[in-house]
Amino acid sequence: MTSIAQLIKTFTLWEFVKAHWLTLQYFFKPKATINYPFEKNPLSPRFRGEHALRRYPNGEERCIACKLCEAVCPALAITIESEPRDDGSRRTTRYDIDMTKCIYCGFCQEACPVDAIVEGPNFEFATETREELLYDKAKLLDNGAKWERAIAANLAADAPYR
Amino acid sequence: MTSFFQNLGMGYDAAWFTATIAGILLIALPLMLAVAMIIYAERKLWAAFALRRGPNVVGPFGVLQSFADGLKVFLQETIIPSASNRGLFLIAPIITFTVALMAWAVIPFADGVVLANINVGLLYILAISSLGVYGVVIAGWASNSKYPFYSAMRAAAQMISYEVSIGFILICIVLWAGTFNIGGIIEGQRGHVFGFINAYAFNPLLFPIAVMFLISSMAETARAPFDLTEAESELVAGYQTEYSSMAFALFWLGEYANVLLMCALNAILFWGGYLPPVDWAPLYLVPGIIWFFAKILLMFFIFAWVKATVPRYRYDQLMRLGWKVFLPISLFWVFLVSGYLMFTGHFA
Amino acid sequence: MIQLISFYIFASIVIASAAMVIFARNPVHSVLWLIVAFFNAAGLMVLIGAEFIAMLLVIVYVGAVAVLFLFVVMMLDIDFAELRAGFVKNVPLGILLAVVLVAELVLGIGAYQAGAVKLGTPGAGVATVSATVPNIEAIGGLLYSKYVFLFETAGLILLVAMVGAIVLTHRRSHGTRGQNISSQVQRRPEDATRNVNQPVGQGIEL
Repeated sequence: MTSIAQLIKTFTLWEFVKAHWLTLQYFFKPKATINYPFEKNPLSPRFRGEHALRRYPNGEERCIACKLCEAVCPALAITIESEPRDDGSRRTTRYDIDMTKCIYCGFCQEACPVDAIVEGPNFEFATETREELLYDKAKLLDNGAKWERAIAANLAADAPYR
Repeated sequence: MTSFFQNLGMGYDAAWFTATIAGILLIALPLMLAVAMIIYAERKLWAAFALRRGPNVVGPFGVLQSFADGLKVFLQETIIPSASNRGLFLIAPIITFTVALMAWAVIPFADGVVLANINVGLLYILAISSLGVYGVVIAGWASNSKYPFYSAMRAAAQMISYEVSIGFILICIVLWAGTFNIGGIIEGQRGHVFGFINAYAFNPLLFPIAVMFLISSMAETARAPFDLTEAESELVAGYQTEYSSMAFALFWLGEYANVLLMCALNAILFWGGYLPPVDWAPLYLVPGIIWFFAKILLMFFIFAWVKATVPRYRYDQLMRLGWKVFLPISLFWVFLVSGYLMFTGHFA
Repeated sequence: MIQLISFYIFASIVIASAAMVIFARNPVHSVLWLIVAFFNAAGLMVLIGAEFIAMLLVIVYVGAVAVLFLFVVMMLDIDFAELRAGFVKNVPLGILLAVVLVAELVLGIGAYQAGAVKLGTPGAGVATVSATVPNIEAIGGLLYSKYVFLFETAGLILLVAMVGAIVLTHRRSHGTRGQNISSQVQRRPEDATRNVNQPVGQGIEL
């Protein structure tokens, strides 16, 4: 009896019909994905995206060239050189991040005592050439200027949990 | 169309020549456009089946996506592997593309609207589609690379296997219609079932082979679930692995032109071609070409639906299906159909 | 006019590509030239109004036979040095064959010009080729009436050949296990698995 049922199932392609009915139901369901370039998912305040070097509100660089980030970086992506400035404070002369090496672990921002190096919310920084991904200090400070408001808001939102 | 050019003051030969060239252009250019749109449509369909959105950035709803891709491919560098057989390597995509266009010569788009209304139209399509394998085989061999070569082997075996059962299925249809002429086959379907349904597929004796033809045509065009020639998990990209730029684009266009052709053949042989689905006078007010395109699009939806649903066959399963299932059944069906026609005195 | 032009185009391509079949160094190129020759021969058939024969030529020879040739030839591992090494040894045989073929050709042409051989008078049963009857119908009419026994015999011989080929090549291999798809499809969870509620401290009997 089961074999006859099986035979009928085989010749009516029953399993295929059932599978196609299932996919057809999914065809009319609402989309699970978002309309990406035009709408984006909300990001956590802890999201670790593109790096930025921040400044104090008076325009002074936060980074004091303690090189803790360079030391902690597991991918050896950060290179820092420093010199005393004319007013005697220690500042970086060179602050490079090789974004092709970076693994976005966030250790640099954890290590930073002055919240200077931060991973911001930006994840759309694809480039056409590899060289553009070798960030220097100017680029990082520029990022800081561009994303300061979002970064500050994120830091404030996350502060109670740290 | 020849008489139109004759009225412009040309001699018969010149008029015939101009009319044929114009006809070829009238078919080939819209076909290329249709292929571009059908690639977009297919991507949208799979996306919908997978709850995704598909291309949505280039143009409204992403309709220009195919043209953007075409432009990208066109601007790429043509890479010819140094160990390849240069001449054949470049000829292969041209063969695939040309052959995909050639078969359209005998497809009637509406009553009497056909480039070449020949008596052996169906045989012509069979002959042309059997040529399609050469593009793939030559590409695989000329690449001088192992995955394309495996793919070429698979393609050759697969297309030969399924052509056999397709041949028998076509014989059933030809027996019933009594002609190899495609226009004749479509006319034979007028009021075929119960005197008012214009389709062979609703004939209980022909419905099983309609399904078999649909499946065989997927195998013949190497579409999922039978896309073993380009099974990316085993063969990288199959015979296209070494191709880039326009050569790759020609394969792409040829492949989809073939898919459209198979959809058109399904529509013509089993679903009434340019006839409306029901033999009812008001439906004939809609031009035949619209019915025909609607049927092609429906078949194409089924193709995309199957591709979105069924996982890929293994190679031995493919061969088993072709030789041990479809061949005996289609052979038996030739016997069945000819016996039925004989018994009912169809030919008397 | 256009018939004449296309005849000369088809005919010269057939001859040229047939020559290339012989002269091509690479066997794969030879097969591809052979395909070109088949294709243009089909064109010649169309020119004399035998479109059915033309289509059959393309379907059978180009679509199936040549693919199988190509299939085999593509897998050859050709060593050109070795091919040329055998050339000197086979030259006498080759020249002999060529002489015989040329002699036959000359003989054939001479005999043809002397007048066609009469193999019997065309009787009343011979169908005349009509322009209105499609040549599928004409061929079918002849095959299934006048030549039905020859036709059936040819079919029978082919069947015997096919059975013979299958018998020669089909051997059941021992030690390998094939896939029985229907038994796999029919298998239910109950056939393969068993739920047991085993008391603590006792092993499961398998």
